[in-house]
Amino acid sequence: MPEHRIQSPADRVMAYEKDFLLSLYERMVLIRTFEDRVKFLFLEGLMPGTIHQCQGQEATAVGVCFALQAKDFITPTYRGHGHALAKGATVQSLLDELFGAVTGCSKGKGGSMHVGGMERGILPGIAIVAGGIPVAAGMALAFKMQRTERVVACFFGDGGVAEGAFHEGVNMAAIWNLPVVYVCENNLYGASTRIDKVMKNTRVADRAACYGFRGETVDGNDVLAVHEAARRAVDQCRGGEGPVLLELLTYRRTGHSRRDTCQYQPKEERDYWFARDPIETFARRLMGRGDVQASDLDAIRTRVAHQIEAAVENAKLAPPPSVSDLETDVFAPAEDEG
Amino acid sequence: MKHQSIAEALRDGIAEEMMRDARVFCIGEDIGVPGGWGGAFTVTLGLEKRFPERIIDTPIAELGFTGVAVGAAMMGMRPIADVQYGDFLYLASDQLINNAAKMHYMSGGAVKVPMVMRAPVGATGRGSQHAQNTERYFTGVPGLKVVAPSNAYDAKGLLKAAVRDDNPVMIFEHKLLYGSKGARAEPGAVDGTSDVPEVDYVVPLGTAALRRQGEHVTILGWLLMAHYASSAANALVPDGIDAEVIDVRSLAPLDYETIGASVRKTGRVVIVEEGPKSGGVGAELAAGIMERFGESLLAPVTRVASPDVPVPFAPVLENAYRPDVARIVEAARAVYAT
Repeated sequence: MPEHRIQSPADRVMAYEKDFLLSLYERMVLIRTFEDRVKFLFLEGLMPGTIHQCQGQEATAVGVCFALQAKDFITPTYRGHGHALAKGATVQSLLDELFGAVTGCSKGKGGSMHVGGMERGILPGIAIVAGGIPVAAGMALAFKMQRTERVVACFFGDGGVAEGAFHEGVNMAAIWNLPVVYVCENNLYGASTRIDKVMKNTRVADRAACYGFRGETVDGNDVLAVHEAARRAVDQCRGGEGPVLLELLTYRRTGHSRRDTCQYQPKEERDYWFARDPIETFARRLMGRGDVQASDLDAIRTRVAHQIEAAVENAKLAPPPSVSDLETDVFAPAEDEG
Repeated sequence: MKHQSIAEALRDGIAEEMMRDARVFCIGEDIGVPGGWGGAFTVTLGLEKRFPERIIDTPIAELGFTGVAVGAAMMGMRPIADVQYGDFLYLASDQLINNAAKMHYMSGGAVKVPMVMRAPVGATGRGSQHAQNTERYFTGVPGLKVVAPSNAYDAKGLLKAAVRDDNPVMIFEHKLLYGSKGARAEPGAVDGTSDVPEVDYVVPLGTAALRRQGEHVTILGWLLMAHYASSAANALVPDGIDAEVIDVRSLAPLDYETIGASVRKTGRVVIVEEGPKSGGVGAELAAGIMERFGESLLAPVTRVASPDVPVPFAPVLENAYRPDVARIVEAARAVYAT
């Protein structure tokens, strides 16, 4: 496992406003609570379909998305609930979608793997591994041609690096200096296959140099380290010097999809990462500041739990699409005359 | 009025759309290299001088640049992408079929992908991998519109309609019809020139064109086969067979109004397709005609197509592969005699 560990920078938890830090904490708790509740709903048989969850990876989505502005975009993956919630999607819009309701973010036509929200800068999740990597380059090309200073953060996993789309997409982002932060959430496993079985050099950030741009490996369970690396990357992209590849070392506490019990993850490895839970470790650091009490964090967790419960109750009652919706939204209706 | 080749008309159409709308740009391989060819068949020749920032040469990476076009389209640009040969669309098909075609639907209508993908097709002395008629693989994909012009007027009008449409549109062009000149001229070319108005016009997507009125048998074709169908109709005159010829032109959606009016009149149908008979566009046409107008048919629908083999190289084999006027005449006579 040593290749998957990295020294965190000196703790800069004192360098930030308390409210900002608590907002990072709350968003991570929101994602964890959402995912845990959704898992339970699936096990209860109340939700259709399948799920790909991100418990244990909350710091990557939150650290990156809090470095973005509202006008910036993200491209999530099929493991995208956390990405969307981190960028500002509402719990209700996601839960309704997962329940297959017409009130969901995609009117019940997308489901868990394609949650998004264009008005909040969230492309619907692309569920083909690495499929979002060239797409993100194209979005960034549009931003560059439109002379806006918008940035794209493109999420993918270590598994995506083996796809041809990774090579083609990052190469084009590189040759055109596009404002894309390529965010590799390296959680050691592509589905059940461990990274060292399918990759000779498992340091994903090294690949950036091959294409002529900057890569950086970061402790992906340290939300502040992720956030600071993401801010540097976003600034660089906004300054016209993109792209940047961030490799965020993290770990998936839950299965690849709904019925996976993670038998392929060695106990020693799970123990190591469970001890480095991004939310628990951040809570300890917050309390170490002196101005954050356990009761502050309890209050946040309680608030989030109530928020999720209320949304779940609503979602259970949310109406399904009408069968007549089956054949709508295949084509955009109005022709654009420019 | 100008008399133009398809390559010239497409070039003018692209330039006019780029003048009209700053969001339009071209992306592909070798499309704007000074001293180069203007794409494989000269369509974009010289446009880089007029639009230096909007003719984007890419690496040899069809999956990647198609994904770039998808991403740019979703962010408000209107890319015209092209592959040098339609055979290379297989590399790009993940982005076309999984992203471009489905993003509008799986986002519940929130995302639009207004992009154009141009692709040259047709057996032209290049063996098996630079010769396939690949339109058949995209006509059954919900979310894609597919057109296949046979002359300069249609090529320009359909291109403009495609650029202005808010959905992904694929334009298949035939290598023997371009009228490409100089080093990119095609041996065995067929005249695809036509009069092209100076004023702005579009040919609406989804419309077939009646090329010749007749009473006895309807011959359906597109691209090169539309020309051969017209030649066959002329050759049938001495037999006293008055054939109606329809240039199908829009392969998805199919224009069953125009086709149906003809079938109801003649009651006899010959479908001509360059490409293997099994699973072709002609199979869909035949089934669609029988479902809709079966009661009008006086004889079974007949198909003239290539055998179920890869495209061969040797001229004698290639000529046997490609449907010709004699085979169409023979089929029409047989249908008429039924």
